[in-house]
Amino acid sequence: MMNDINGTDQPPILSIENLSIAYDKDKFVVKNVSATITKNAITAIMGPSGCGKTTLLRAINRMHELYPNISTQGGIKLFDENIYDMSTITLRRKVGMVFQRPNPFPTLSIYENVIAGYKLNGIRLKRHERDEIVETSLRDVTLWEEVKGALHKKGTFLSGGQQQRLCIARALAFKPDVILLDEPTSALDPVATAKVEDLLVELKKQYTIILVTHNMSQAARISDNSMFMYLGELIEYEDTKTIFTKPKDPRTEGYLTGKFG
Amino acid sequence: MDQTNELLVDKRTLLLQDHSVRRKVKDRLFLGTVIFFSLITISFVFLIIGSCVLKGYHQINWAFFTQSAPDTFTAMMAKSSGQIIPGGIVNGILGSLYLVALASLIAIPFGVLIGIYLYENSKNRYAGFIRDITDVLQGVPSIVVGLIVYLWVVVHITHGYSVLAGSVALALMMLPLIIRSTEESMKMIPDSLKEAAIALGTPYYKVIFRVLIPTSFSGLMTGILLAISRILGETAPLMLTTLGNPAINWSLTKPVSAVPLLVWQFYNDPNMVDLIWSSTLFLMGFVLILNLLSKWITARRNA
Repeated sequence: MMNDINGTDQPPILSIENLSIAYDKDKFVVKNVSATITKNAITAIMGPSGCGKTTLLRAINRMHELYPNISTQGGIKLFDENIYDMSTITLRRKVGMVFQRPNPFPTLSIYENVIAGYKLNGIRLKRHERDEIVETSLRDVTLWEEVKGALHKKGTFLSGGQQQRLCIARALAFKPDVILLDEPTSALDPVATAKVEDLLVELKKQYTIILVTHNMSQAARISDNSMFMYLGELIEYEDTKTIFTKPKDPRTEGYLTGKFG
Repeated sequence: MDQTNELLVDKRTLLLQDHSVRRKVKDRLFLGTVIFFSLITISFVFLIIGSCVLKGYHQINWAFFTQSAPDTFTAMMAKSSGQIIPGGIVNGILGSLYLVALASLIAIPFGVLIGIYLYENSKNRYAGFIRDITDVLQGVPSIVVGLIVYLWVVVHITHGYSVLAGSVALALMMLPLIIRSTEESMKMIPDSLKEAAIALGTPYYKVIFRVLIPTSFSGLMTGILLAISRILGETAPLMLTTLGNPAINWSLTKPVSAVPLLVWQFYNDPNMVDLIWSSTLFLMGFVLILNLLSKWITARRNA
């Protein structure tokens, strides 16, 4: 079953095809999920704990392969190229990731953190190229004005919200096609959360964003399309307005109205 | 009815008060005991350092760090004319540094890599086996390590007591310490940091060398410094592997001296007794500095 989003004329950038993931034999955490992701939009993945939303997200840049004994069936295509045929190194440059807790590298300065992707991969850049990447990435996450005087200080001196925006800048530095965010605001206070949300809305002009969130109102506020997952299945995938106002499946309605979750 | 109730309440408060007084007394008593025993323990450290300083300081002079140990006759002559023993322990100091440097060169790369392997594959059965063997190696008496290295290196490779043999013996003693401290300090790194590096497409070996090792650097250094201070005082394995040497030696296949070996030699020579204390003082000072250094690194990490 293909879940196509109607009403948008943007071409799909990413398509998930009959994806199933099991941690142990026959213990599936993601069950036969198919979906196409719209370009330059924010797609939210919602669902109760343990529904497989983080695993699904991690499958998109193959981070889920870090777990032992994982088995994956089905496929994911990025611009019609199967990601399981790509090297993880190329894939992860095209699909960036931001985590639940801000995780800047504690040994590196703010400047080095932004270009960490290049440094760690041994890609040599000229000085002005580096400076430009750092400045545009930090401007993109609206952090530039706050840190431009302290670029060579350690990134861990920043506040939690600033650290998280620094981590987004680190993901942006590679100019990825898709950015995956795994509950990026769950460790932040409301003010920092609002900043990150505004930032994501701004970023979707240039990037395609997939966001896992526990927070329904966050999905309602900023996402264009929403997936609802339950026990590993993709129950409903619609544009956000429809899913919140006229959910088709009783389970979606139950979750959105707080009957379980 | 009411009266009995009041009486009961009264009795209970009395009981509670009684309990709290007894608790306070017990608490004081226990605290006193703990402080008493801890004072006894640390007083030994100060007694050791104090007696080394008192008995050893008058032999510490420029010659102590620049000249080799004198022969028995010179020492006897100096003592009988009421002077301090001329000469010093430079052959032992340089020998110790040489042995420790070479042992570190062998043990640190192996130890750190094995430690990282254990951390990365903590649930693997082979890793569990390695971990157990490491613990066994740590428990092997140092004289046994000396004997084995004597058989392997002294007899078969260098055909005589040598620097190489001594370093191998010391490296074997360092290995388990470094392996376990590496593993422990790697465990302190949050997984999220590793994931951050992997999500940037970083190849596995670069995650280790560019992220894990730099992040846990202070922990690794602490472990290495403690391992060095541990082997600096080893005597038994060196007796069977490098023997000692009255002169300075830089050849890998020749015997060399070390400070703890000199202490043993001075002990066996009644004319040299004064040098025991100054050598011990030097050894204690060196180990103390290494320990303080590792404490300082740990404190800076936690700051």
